Amino acid sequence: MRKRRVRAKTVIFSIIGLIVAIIWVFPVYWMINSSLLPNVVLQDSTPTFVPFGGSFANFTAVFAGGTFLPALGMSVAIAAVVVVLCLLFAFLAALAISRFRFRGRSGFVLAVLLIQMLPAEGLFIAQYKLMASVNLLNSVIGISILYIAAVVPFTIWMLRGFVAGIPIELEEAAMVDGLSRTQAFLRITFPLLAPGLVASGVYAFLQVWNEFTIALVVLPDNASATLPLWLRGFIEASASKATDWGQVMAASTLVALPVIFFFLFVQGRMTSGLVSGAVKG
Amino acid sequence: MTAEATIQSVRIAETPPAPRLARRRRRPIAPYALIVPSVVVLALAMGYPVVWQIITSTQQFGLAQQFGQAAPFVGLQNYATLASDPYMWTVILRSILFCFAAAAATMIVGTLLALLMNVVSAWVRVTLQIALLLAWAMPVVAAMTVWNWLFNLRSGVVNWLLSAIGLPYQGHNWLINPVSFYGVALVIVVWMSVPFVAFAIYAGLTQVSEEVLEAAQIDGASPRQRFFGIVVPIIRPVISIVLLLQVIWDLRVFTQIKLLQDVGSIKSETNLLGTYIYQLGTGSSNFGMASAVSIFVLVLTIAISAFYVRSMLKEDEA
Repeated sequence: MRKRRVRAKTVIFSIIGLIVAIIWVFPVYWMINSSLLPNVVLQDSTPTFVPFGGSFANFTAVFAGGTFLPALGMSVAIAAVVVVLCLLFAFLAALAISRFRFRGRSGFVLAVLLIQMLPAEGLFIAQYKLMASVNLLNSVIGISILYIAAVVPFTIWMLRGFVAGIPIELEEAAMVDGLSRTQAFLRITFPLLAPGLVASGVYAFLQVWNEFTIALVVLPDNASATLPLWLRGFIEASASKATDWGQVMAASTLVALPVIFFFLFVQGRMTSGLVSGAVKG
Repeated sequence: MTAEATIQSVRIAETPPAPRLARRRRRPIAPYALIVPSVVVLALAMGYPVVWQIITSTQQFGLAQQFGQAAPFVGLQNYATLASDPYMWTVILRSILFCFAAAAATMIVGTLLALLMNVVSAWVRVTLQIALLLAWAMPVVAAMTVWNWLFNLRSGVVNWLLSAIGLPYQGHNWLINPVSFYGVALVIVVWMSVPFVAFAIYAGLTQVSEEVLEAAQIDGASPRQRFFGIVVPIIRPVISIVLLLQVIWDLRVFTQIKLLQDVGSIKSETNLLGTYIYQLGTGSSNFGMASAVSIFVLVLTIAISAFYVRSMLKEDEA
């Protein structure tokens, strides 16, 4: 009797769970579904829920539009500059705060944590004026400097954890065995840090790839738009004229797919990290 | 920063820094050399703008400044203007209301989903987790285009669904009325933020040991007592940190509001703090006032974050 009641409960909960899953995934599904359907079908008053007879025509149209590839190029260039420099800077700083005690260390750590919390919305006007005054609006270099500063604090904090997790005794043992300090670091510690660097790099990449607010302000030219700005152009256009939603959804899919892929790649680490961090307290 | 950033911050190292090397040298130069690149870039891109904003917030900008004249110093007059401007108070009040509504809705739904994940069978849980992950992974601008399409007045699914169940929503424009504008924004923000909350709290729930719950049950504790007496205290630290982050994020929501405004709504009726600063600064070139509002937002954020930063610092010293 009791067992049956428990089972009935589980069934009800499972049904609720599945309904919630459908609701949550629906917008993502709808994006892909619409991207495969021609605009005539999408304008129909009754939605088409499965893309039977769909095609990749919208995707070819987006590529043929000629603005996607330049925006992609801009995003790739900025992301590459930011990820490489940010990892380098953050790695050096993480070494400093996890391997040394020095005067000003706690001040630096506090500054890193505080800066991480500063909202772009509270700074972008000043950053815009800064970039305008040195003629770096619409340039990869200008926005990269702002992005590095925005991403480097959390990257330092993250790498700090990884560096601190590698016992210094390993290095010391290698030095006893005759390696120099630098050699010991490069041959022993550095390889152990590789996973941490990859994870931090992916985070930095995701941040930069999705960033909208700062880009909106310091990249006013259409010619220098990153992918989020390029997508926004479609949204804006939909306000004034009839939108080809199939193409807009194809564009969204193109922007979202690499992100989703990378995100799933780092997600497991995020959940476990959260447990080890917060629940301990 | 977004969810990913903070989770990693929450992560924090398990091992304390090793002070050993420092003891060896009496005056180490190395650590200073190592932090120089980060310090320089932070000073340039964050420090300088903050200082510029503090100075600019004491200057007056008008038509003359658009033609290159230097802005005169007016002391705290911009702040006084803001404090006596009823529109500013409206925007602040709206932002706070929106923030609390969004944070509360996100926390409630997120907690319920975490509890749900805990009681369903493995395959339902995995299905639910994949669905949440996909929503979480969506870039915000891509998500906004999809939601605009879903709420589209002519062929959007939402209007179709509501009309199909007999409600008069055919061709309904959701964004023209400020209240339903914020309703749509709220739905979108909650949809985006719930996955993080659900995963975080679910991770906390997995820390609750089966044995303890069983022991309590044998001792005669009711399900209610077990939940509030055992489960809640264990997941409380996660809940408080996640709630704090939600409040910080929802207070400065910009992208979603801006992109909804782009589609067509009266800006002055739908502005929150972020979009108001944007409008003051880039729209009307009133940099003095824009800076004053920005300083207000910065001070507010730092005040709310203080607790979070303090708990991080404790981890650093641990």
